[in-house]
Amino acid sequence: MPDSTPTPPAPQTPPAVSSTPPAPSTSPVVSSTAPAPTPPIASSTPPAPTSPVPPTPRRLHLAAAIDVPGATRVADFLPLARFADEGLLDFLTLGDSFAAPGLDALSVLARLAPETRRVGLVPTVTTTHTEPFHVQAQLATLDWVSRGRAGWRPGVSTSENEARLFGRRAAVTAREAWREAGEVVEAARLLWDSWEDDAEIRDIPSGRFVDRDKLHYADYAGTTFSVRGPSIVPRPPQGHPVIVADADDPVRRDFAVRHADVLLVETSSREQAAAFSAEVRAEAARAGREPADLRVLASLTVELSGGEQAAEPGHGGGGPRPTAHGPHYRGGPVDLAELIGDWYAAGAVDGFHLRPAEPGRDLERLVNGTAALLQHRGVFRAFHPGSTLREHLGLARPANLHLTASAT
Amino acid sequence: MSHQRLPQQPRPAPPQQPRPAPPRRSQPPGTHRPLHLAAHFPGVNSTTVWSDPRSGSQIAFDSFVHLARTAERGLFDFFFLAEGLRLREHKGRIHDLDVVGRPESLAVLNAVAAVTERLGLAATVNSTFNEPYELARRLASLDHLSDGRAAWNVVTSSDAFTGENFRRGGYLDRAERYTRAAEFVATARELWDSWSPDGTPRPFAHHGRHFSIEGEFTLPRSPQGHPVVIQAGDSAEGRDFAASTADVIFTRHGTLAAGQEFYADVKGRLPGYGRTADDLKIMPGVTVVVGDTDAEAQEKATEIRRLQVSPQNALLAAEQVWGTDLSGFDPDGPLPAFDPVVDSDVVQGRVRQGDPRALAEKWRGLARAKNLSLRETAIEATGRQSFIGSAATVAEAMSHFVDSRAADGFILVPHLTPGGLDEFVDQVVPLLQERGAFRTAYTGPTLRDHLGLSHPATRQTPKDAAA
Ligand SMILES: Cc1cc2nc3c(=O)[nH]c(=O)nc-3n(C[C@H](O)[C@H](O)[C@H](O)COP(=O)(O)O)c2cc1C
Repeated sequence: MPDSTPTPPAPQTPPAVSSTPPAPSTSPVVSSTAPAPTPPIASSTPPAPTSPVPPTPRRLHLAAAIDVPGATRVADFLPLARFADEGLLDFLTLGDSFAAPGLDALSVLARLAPETRRVGLVPTVTTTHTEPFHVQAQLATLDWVSRGRAGWRPGVSTSENEARLFGRRAAVTAREAWREAGEVVEAARLLWDSWEDDAEIRDIPSGRFVDRDKLHYADYAGTTFSVRGPSIVPRPPQGHPVIVADADDPVRRDFAVRHADVLLVETSSREQAAAFSAEVRAEAARAGREPADLRVLASLTVELSGGEQAAEPGHGGGGPRPTAHGPHYRGGPVDLAELIGDWYAAGAVDGFHLRPAEPGRDLERLVNGTAALLQHRGVFRAFHPGSTLREHLGLARPANLHLTASAT
Repeated sequence: MSHQRLPQQPRPAPPQQPRPAPPRRSQPPGTHRPLHLAAHFPGVNSTTVWSDPRSGSQIAFDSFVHLARTAERGLFDFFFLAEGLRLREHKGRIHDLDVVGRPESLAVLNAVAAVTERLGLAATVNSTFNEPYELARRLASLDHLSDGRAAWNVVTSSDAFTGENFRRGGYLDRAERYTRAAEFVATARELWDSWSPDGTPRPFAHHGRHFSIEGEFTLPRSPQGHPVVIQAGDSAEGRDFAASTADVIFTRHGTLAAGQEFYADVKGRLPGYGRTADDLKIMPGVTVVVGDTDAEAQEKATEIRRLQVSPQNALLAAEQVWGTDLSGFDPDGPLPAFDPVVDSDVVQGRVRQGDPRALAEKWRGLARAKNLSLRETAIEATGRQSFIGSAATVAEAMSHFVDSRAADGFILVPHLTPGGLDEFVDQVVPLLQERGAFRTAYTGPTLRDHLGLSHPATRQTPKDAAA
């Protein structure tokens, strides 16, 4: 396969570093009628299998959910994905469940991949009633069709209702389901690595298309499943799609600190967030991981008013309001930028995952108001310096587990 | 390269313009049966000439974009992806001579839906190693996200070799694979029909031999109602399964005589299931080599066969027939004189080709009759139906095939990825159109429209009917 280097970043103006406080009378608006992104279908091959990303300065990461309950049309999602893409967000998430009305999330994001350029695409894909072999192949494929922008937010199914849709097994407890999800992630990583990056050789003299010594059996035996391998899909452009996990309750947190690259936490105060970040990093270190490889993002619902309306007491400023559905921020986009800048500057989190209360309205305000202001202040990127989701997050392309295992 | 759709814009007009009516040849239009065309994207296969410098990636998304757009430019009915769920093995080791490695079909087709407008999108997905609820949902999602272009090629596999990659393992008995497949398709259709016409979910319950499931489906009826069902398989059970329930059958019977026999057999089974000849389209997989003249095309075809069947591949093909190690044999020498090993496990993960003794006899007969070496015999014996000649010859032959009821159309298997259908679309399609044997514009938005299949009626419950 021909070699290729990652596509260079789109030429854009460098970050405008400004120390002036904003106080504009209208929110800074990046034109929402900006020209359509140039065709994303450009380079064909994945980034060269280089690896260690050099140490990067700390950067703010922003992500957004594009959930639209019950939506079945591309047109319901495409404008949202375009906002996230044009707003230079690190990634967007799309939730999924076998029990709630809606499309298969990974299918939606695959459909959106050719119509977006840089934004990471993170579907929820559940592990309880699905086949690990299919799940890993679908995620690797999302990475191929998006040229290295795939992530995966693993989910589980614990209800009797979901179990009855499959009729294969009884409902399992959250603890069992998340332990199994951890095994599915381990198996998926071995399958993603079951092809070395240069396994395809097309060697004419010997007539060999692949070097079978660079293909590996996963041979993973979990508690509820086993997989032989190798995968059908060659190692995806990012090596491993980025794993994003909720780290709220103890069970999910245990999964997240062991397996996730990006941890989402629901917290309503900066202090809580800081304490949480420190704890999960310490737990990850105890689980044998490098704490610097984790990104911790605060996950909030945002309900943005237009213009300069101040955040309602208890919603913005001092922090979002805790609710039964998690922290909820209600206020103007500028105040949200203040909140984000403040938590980030204090080192409480690496960034934010924002869930718009009303997707169309709030995502637009988030991108054209909040993110634009953070860019203006030089807190948030003004262009994507790389093309893969790992590059946006400053995460290294992982070494191949089969190679690291044999080296020791 | 990409045509972007802006969020608020209405769907752009279909990309193809009706071609200006070309001057008529001798045969007036309408005297030929209309034919259907589909493009097979060569993923894992032994026919791609990967040594050709024009052979691109079989994984990179650009390759899918190129071939799909070529097929759509040619107004093809659909774009077809095959599937394999375990890497093939030969003599206990991963098979390394053929193109191997491919992305997962449904995820790729959703992305292809973004760069095409009308082309049908067919995914091969095994019914043994999937569950109806999940797969019906993924297929309905593709149908929604492509505005009615989804198709499912139902394949069956019961082998424990493939089963080692799945939770269920390889338990399924060979005899059960089509009963599961039939129940799977029926169950998927129950799910697709489970929302009421006014767009609310209504509970379903299916309690059968292979599946016992109940609940609510997450999606309203998709644009096609039921995605198109394709079947590929040849046993009597396979043919009955297709006759009872499939919309399209993908076959290997590509010669005129074998095609006619298969066609008559399968169409003859339809009335038994209350269906008519138009309800099931028969489409053999074929290769095409176009040249400026017939002689040039023949020369090209011979060269392609030599490149496809390298000396290593020739030995391997013989090992698959003889079921034993032939590494000491000279590909340019004679065939083995001994009888094949029956029930050998030399090959794993490949569709069985039939009785090895009969096959070996066929090979020996070929070699004797034409005085061929092992490699030359492999080249002859492993070839499939191909249309070889100038564009006019190919168009004439294809149309004759369809007129003679040897097929309703063809699934074209190019030997190059992704440019392998460029010549066909540019040169042969216009001639088929000129004969009146092929459409000059898509007549409807959905794959069912392209195939001339009706849209299944919404199942009414007594309650709906009363309302
Ligand atoms: C033309 C054709 C294409 C096929 N393509 C696939 C495929 O892509 N994946 C697969 O697993 N099986 C494929 N099969 C295998 C069939 O699904 C089936 O397992 C096999 O033909 C044995 O069934 P039978 O005894 O009815 O012929 C194909 C079969 C035919 C005839």
